[in-house]
Amino acid sequence: MTSPLTSPEAVVDVAPPTTRGAGLGDALVRSLGPIALALITCGALLAIVGRDPFAFYSDILQAGLLRPSGLQDSITRMAPILLVAAGMIVAFRAGMWNLGSDGQYLLAAACVAGTAPSVLAAVPAPLGWLVLGLVGMVVGASWTIVPAWLRARYGLNEIVTTLMMSFVGSGLANLLVKGPFDGPSTVPQTAVVDPSLLLFDLPGTRIHIGVIVALIAVATIYWVFSRTSFGMRIDVLGANARAAQHVGIRVSRLIIVTFLLSGALMGLAAAVDMLGIFGYMRADWNPAYGLKVVPLVFLARLNALAVIPFAAFFSVLSIGGEYAARRAQLPSDFLLLVIGLVLTFMVVTQYLTDKRDRGEPILPRRKAGMARA
Amino acid sequence: MGTTGPTIEDRSSPQTATPAVELIDITKAFPGVVANDRISLAAMPGEVLCLLGENGAGKSTLMSILSGIYRPDGGRILVDGRAVNIDSPRHGRDLGIGMVYQHLSLIPTLTVLENLMMGSNPGLSLDREGARTRLGELSRQLGVSVDADARAGSLALGQQQQVEIIKALWKGSRVLILDEPTSMLTPQGITELQDVLRGLKRSGLAIIFITHKLHEAVAIGDRVAILKQGKVVGRLDPADLAAMTPDEIQSRIVAAMFGSSAAPDVADIAELRPTSGLTTTARHLSNEPLLEVVDVSADAAGGEHTLADINLEVRGGEILGVAGVDGSGQRTLAEVIAGQSRHTAGSIRLGGVTIDGLSISERQALGLRYVTDDRLGEGVVSSYPLSLNLVLKRIGQPPFWRGGRVDRAQIRRSAQESIRVFDIRTPSSETRIGKLSGGNIQKALLARELSFEPRCVVFNKPTHGLDVRTIVAVRERIRALAQDGVAIVVISNDLDELVDLSDRVAVLDSGRITGVVPAGPDAEVRIGELIVGVAAPQTVG
Repeated sequence: MTSPLTSPEAVVDVAPPTTRGAGLGDALVRSLGPIALALITCGALLAIVGRDPFAFYSDILQAGLLRPSGLQDSITRMAPILLVAAGMIVAFRAGMWNLGSDGQYLLAAACVAGTAPSVLAAVPAPLGWLVLGLVGMVVGASWTIVPAWLRARYGLNEIVTTLMMSFVGSGLANLLVKGPFDGPSTVPQTAVVDPSLLLFDLPGTRIHIGVIVALIAVATIYWVFSRTSFGMRIDVLGANARAAQHVGIRVSRLIIVTFLLSGALMGLAAAVDMLGIFGYMRADWNPAYGLKVVPLVFLARLNALAVIPFAAFFSVLSIGGEYAARRAQLPSDFLLLVIGLVLTFMVVTQYLTDKRDRGEPILPRRKAGMARA
Repeated sequence: MGTTGPTIEDRSSPQTATPAVELIDITKAFPGVVANDRISLAAMPGEVLCLLGENGAGKSTLMSILSGIYRPDGGRILVDGRAVNIDSPRHGRDLGIGMVYQHLSLIPTLTVLENLMMGSNPGLSLDREGARTRLGELSRQLGVSVDADARAGSLALGQQQQVEIIKALWKGSRVLILDEPTSMLTPQGITELQDVLRGLKRSGLAIIFITHKLHEAVAIGDRVAILKQGKVVGRLDPADLAAMTPDEIQSRIVAAMFGSSAAPDVADIAELRPTSGLTTTARHLSNEPLLEVVDVSADAAGGEHTLADINLEVRGGEILGVAGVDGSGQRTLAEVIAGQSRHTAGSIRLGGVTIDGLSISERQALGLRYVTDDRLGEGVVSSYPLSLNLVLKRIGQPPFWRGGRVDRAQIRRSAQESIRVFDIRTPSSETRIGKLSGGNIQKALLARELSFEPRCVVFNKPTHGLDVRTIVAVRERIRALAQDGVAIVVISNDLDELVDLSDRVAVLDSGRITGVVPAGPDAEVRIGELIVGVAAPQTVG
């Protein structure tokens, strides 16, 4: 029997732009089922280590969603998550596994944070944000050129090259922060941008407009893939690269364009974080969005709009979870456990629903041969 | 010792013979289709049972049940009169059921001997000498000579098949199943195979021979069973076959397969009467060649021979066939013309204009089309709906895209039109194309390539693996296209098809054109000679 889980492509079955999947109920089972199972399992684990799972989850809800400040923090946290997710979706739908988002993000963050004080001192803030946003996008995109070119020209596996470039990029970002971009403070970090020059907040909130930028970005990506010829070319490339070649798509060029776009979105995530929340970058700082966002985009089946609720869920979990873990006297690593279990259950759910779609029973039958022997 | 009687049972005498394998009321259903519906068959020792039927008639399912890949939902299997449950392919082999698949499964980089030892060698250490002895025995029994130390990949296809047969018989089979064994053989290879089968029959083996070619069934079968939609719809026993003339046999079979009112073209296509000679109807050919391939050389695509100094000319309204053993450079030739592979020397012209520097889509826009043989691999995106697959080569072009934005209603309307014109059987235009049958996928590819004013079309194995009715439809379509003045190249390894369609047939061997055979009554023989003459010199000398 062939396993549907042998390749990353097989895990996600990207719905073509004109089909809506097998219905809302089915989509809910596939998407929320794994989350529910992960929460139940983690609840059992909490109970085993002597914590009250209900208190833990209610703390998460309280701190991440129900308290106004928590809610606003959660929404703000969505901005970089959504932009990184958009960057991944662009690449993954082309079948290009750009796993170097951390390096692309950090390098762009270092360049944006490093140049922001002087740029924002020289020009009006809105123009400065635009320029710095572009800086982030160009730096993020440039960090994908080598893997993209190696893949397009020589067919080199981009999983390996993007990961390696990510290490190099993280190191380089630290070198920049400790070297040319080092600010006046005694700890190695860039000069701090005057808080009044950071991105506007939405009226009456602490939510900066980077969230709007991120929402526009995912909506645009969704539109590109559902409506435009450019998106369809990328989809064809991802669904069947040989067919893409056969039907006359310029595959090499498209691979490079896709990588650049993906890297640019990672860089924009960095710019939004630097200009929206932090205003500076410390050396050795790494939010490591990459590996946390990968499961989210797969849960959303590479659909840019569908990723929004998952990003929201993740934000609530991480904002509220930090508080809940502190209260329960657990290390914050416990949250990674939840995320890991979600991914695991997602794969299992996918396997079972696919099996059901093929008309096979979900539970394995007793082997007829054994029964008769 | 002097008092012992005869120790060898006379298995071939009809009085004592029990069927080597008997299937009783075998039923197997898949979701939505009953592949086998209470099928009963018996294969007698020393006889060839021909299983005849279109694609989808249930032949492959039945053989998969017999070889232990599928378990039947109902019915019984008797081997030498004893009821058995075949659990696995290994169990099937142990029961003496040997299987030779349509697609050869030897590992090309291993030697013949190594291939044969694989899976049959008991224990950890390889028993080369024992295997060599066994190979000698079996080759003598088959009446063939096989070089034990040759790499399997270097053998001609016919010889590879002989090795497959030896592999199937390795552990002493009593039943040998051959699935469409002639589909990739040259005429000479088919004759050799028939000799081998005759030898095996004499040694008391039961042979099940699966085919969709009528004349093969009539020529080889001692019994014929006709399958249609999962049921046995006709049987001819040795007594029947002896009592009838070949013509009567054939019309009986055609009546069973297609109903008594079967159109004569269906009978023709089912290889009932292989057309003798090339058919040149009164088509108007253009004076100037439309497609010219001049001194073209190219690096190989996917394990084929490299192309060297290819020269071809096709006029408007002309059908040029390209014959040759698989892997002689057919795919490379097609891809070079379509623009998917780049040639390293020479020039390709369309309507007198050089197209060497043009991209795939620029060539498409000029009316150059390529119907690929790798339908699922590169022809379609199987997870996409039919409607999108129909416009896959026109992404971004009006009327389906305007200003880069898709017009789905337009795509759907156009798909409805194609479904009607090309008779694509599908639940809807939005059905995933991967769910359609091979024949309907091919019709969809034809719809895509033949729309929007084609001027020159390259077909690679246009009817490979299709059922008889679709084959008829595809060939009609190709003829009609030629009638409209399109220049056509048909690449195929089905010689009957090439002879039936083409005005001229070029023979490709090891990446070179070794000859072009014009229309004529002895064309088939001459093409076969060209293919074999150079492709497998060891069988000629």
